[in-house]
Amino acid sequence: MIAYILKSVAQAVLVLLVVSALAFSMFRFLGDPVANLVGQEATQADRRELAERLGLNDPIPLQFGRFVADVATGEFGMSYRHGRKVSALIVEKLPATVELAVLSALFATSFGIVFGVYTAIRRNSWSAHAIMMISLVGVSLPTFLIGIGLIYLFAVELRWLPSFGRGETVKLGWWSTGLLTSSGRQSLIMPVLTLGFFQLTLIMRLVRAQMLETLRTDYVKFARARGLSENRVNFRHALRNTLVPVITIAGLQLGAVIAFAIITESVFQWPGLGALFVQAVQFVDIPVMAAYLLFVAVVFVVVNLIVDLTYVALDPRLKSSTPVSVGGK
Amino acid sequence: MHLSGRLIAAISVSASLFCGAFDSAEARSVKWARSGDSLTLDPHAQNEGPTHVLNHHIYEPLIIRDNQGKPLPALAESWTITADPLTWEFRLRKGVKFHDGAPFTVDDVIYSYERARQPTSDMKSLLSAVDTLTKVDDHTLRIKTKGPNPIFPANLTDLFIMNKAWTEKNNAGKVQDYKAKEENFSVRNANGTGPFSLVSREPDVKTVLKRNDNYWGKGQVPLEITELTYLPIKADATRVAALLSGEVDFVQDLPVQDIQRLSSDPKLQINIGPENRSIFLGMNVADKELKTSDIKGRNPFAEKKIRHAVNMTVNRSAIQRVTMRGQSIPTGIIAPPGVNGYTKELDQIPTADAAKAKALLAEAGYPEGFSVSFHCPNDRYLNDEAICQAVVGQLATIGIKANLVSQSKSIHFPLIQKNPPETDFYLLGWGVPTFDSHYVFTLLYHTRTDKEGGWNATRYSNPDIDKLTVALTQETDLTKRNQMIGQIWKVLQDETIYIPIHIQTLAYAMKPDLDIPVDISNQPKLKFAKFKK
Repeated sequence: MIAYILKSVAQAVLVLLVVSALAFSMFRFLGDPVANLVGQEATQADRRELAERLGLNDPIPLQFGRFVADVATGEFGMSYRHGRKVSALIVEKLPATVELAVLSALFATSFGIVFGVYTAIRRNSWSAHAIMMISLVGVSLPTFLIGIGLIYLFAVELRWLPSFGRGETVKLGWWSTGLLTSSGRQSLIMPVLTLGFFQLTLIMRLVRAQMLETLRTDYVKFARARGLSENRVNFRHALRNTLVPVITIAGLQLGAVIAFAIITESVFQWPGLGALFVQAVQFVDIPVMAAYLLFVAVVFVVVNLIVDLTYVALDPRLKSSTPVSVGGK
Repeated sequence: MHLSGRLIAAISVSASLFCGAFDSAEARSVKWARSGDSLTLDPHAQNEGPTHVLNHHIYEPLIIRDNQGKPLPALAESWTITADPLTWEFRLRKGVKFHDGAPFTVDDVIYSYERARQPTSDMKSLLSAVDTLTKVDDHTLRIKTKGPNPIFPANLTDLFIMNKAWTEKNNAGKVQDYKAKEENFSVRNANGTGPFSLVSREPDVKTVLKRNDNYWGKGQVPLEITELTYLPIKADATRVAALLSGEVDFVQDLPVQDIQRLSSDPKLQINIGPENRSIFLGMNVADKELKTSDIKGRNPFAEKKIRHAVNMTVNRSAIQRVTMRGQSIPTGIIAPPGVNGYTKELDQIPTADAAKAKALLAEAGYPEGFSVSFHCPNDRYLNDEAICQAVVGQLATIGIKANLVSQSKSIHFPLIQKNPPETDFYLLGWGVPTFDSHYVFTLLYHTRTDKEGGWNATRYSNPDIDKLTVALTQETDLTKRNQMIGQIWKVLQDETIYIPIHIQTLAYAMKPDLDIPVDISNQPKLKFAKFKK
């Protein structure tokens, strides 16, 4: 087990190095940060001098090496756009993104399972058909359209919910939360719905398909034959066996939601990491982009690691590195 | 005993604060949204529009501009050239206090200007003409320039004054350096003399300011807003939704496509006016050959006839009507009205005439036309990419095949700034913050050197124009100087180095009880804002 974890961590470090090397080789296609850092009266000499001072004239491998050395000492540098430490910016924006992502993952998973089970059990009812229809909308509509539609309905027409931002937040140590104020909770509703809608439909369709599959298996038939109640069959026996792959997918999706809340954050002016990244791209704020991409890579690596470990726990054959003979029939 | 005494004091202070709030019947807050946030509160770190706009509410320069660009005294009450033509004397306002209560004196001005001249400051080029700064007395400053400079004060309108003691105490004497390890205190904290003081700032989220009740200008300006909340909302649709839902009171960057629809809404007031910014095309007029053209061995843009043909093919009124939905003013010169040197005679828009343009092309030896790459920004000016698409279509009618390369400003501007430039044909917009033609000549027409012609990617180089441009900075007789400006424009207009398209207009949307006129520099100063009832 320990050996397996160590191996995974070593692989993770390699992945992170590759990701940041790729990121660095891409940055120069985004443009020249100096163009955004000086006013229009700046002379050619001023621009040259600033590029020199920022080390932008050095060859890319050298810049990358410097970045890796800094990261190894926990230093991400200063944001060009904000004039502040990148690490401080990430810490400041992280709670908004995590709160949004976790809530929408919860929303998507719980409603996804409920609707999935319902549409599987009552697969011929008109309400199940209606839910399936709506879920098709969820899969096909782009996120920003859903967001703008919600804003138009609930903020402009009905005026029930705020159209942008996080509302009032409360500081708990370095963490800021919107869950403790009413304006904070109201502000969460639309972004959570927008971000979670696609995941919801995904999980629902997955649960439905798995459930339909399970309901056809022999042990369910035997359970019915034993005269067990319909609820007991559906929820104790069928649903339980359905959930294993669903939890794996939901876990992986949480990583995706944290990393790619970018569109939802932009539509709702949500002050999270995604919005920070979008603005960094436009400003060619290299230190922020590099740190963000590294952060995303870490999220995925960690989620994958956890998933891998779950498999190990579930499948003893993975525990030893020597292949176990499975055949012999 | 000691503690309870403090407690009582605290209670009485908060009680009086409450009374104050109830007393002023006109306690009015304004929520102000625009597309991007100010980059920093450090007044000298970024020479950038939105950054100056927010700072104008907290800090003040010696001189400000009204919404038409006319200079107004701010921290300086008056200024004049002394007997020595190199020396300017500024009489500073007396009785002004910083937000922390410190009195404003000439030491703060000298300290701030010295700070702005540091190598890491982005404002240093505005003070490059300064030789020495001298304190005459507590409220008199003498600035000696390196050469005679009749329009020097125009450089001071965004140079904010910090408090020397506060800045030194907080170790913020050095302008933010991107190589530094620590954040500069002045990035998120401020102590100015302005009409509003800083309450809180969360970059990219919101900045809250409250009225400075000790403001020196109280009684001279309306100063009706008691609390000002500045909210960056990047997505156009969300920003407009926030206005429609009543969550914000004033939207500065109104998307062009929404103006017409919102104008008919009785719950909104829309103010529209021209911006000090023209949009134009630039051409490589001097190279032997255009790298991106199918014509080899010669450069079509080097022919004046070709440039005239392009000039009469670009259909400004069609661009205004279709691309800009009426939100632009077609122009024939790249200096907006209001800039010293602009005249109606110079602002002649050629009538679109494809037949004549084609004839000119044939006369110049290009009857079949030619192709060239056309570089365009897509995130800088109003509808910039759409303007370029319209131009491509119009040029195609006379056989010029412009291959559009449309990209972010972070990629587009370096093409223009690089030496040699990496574009043969491009779109650019230009504002004139000094409101004087010299600014246009020196940055857009002067031969590119280390100091001049930084934005001139046309390769245009005319020693006579260069000489006259430099002479403008030394001519102290304003009548004579204006004649020289006219003379330069006459030559340049005939040369047609740039193809002017239009002047951008700005639209501000607000709740109907509020009146904020459009500011020609897009720097609305809300101490002038009035409520209608």
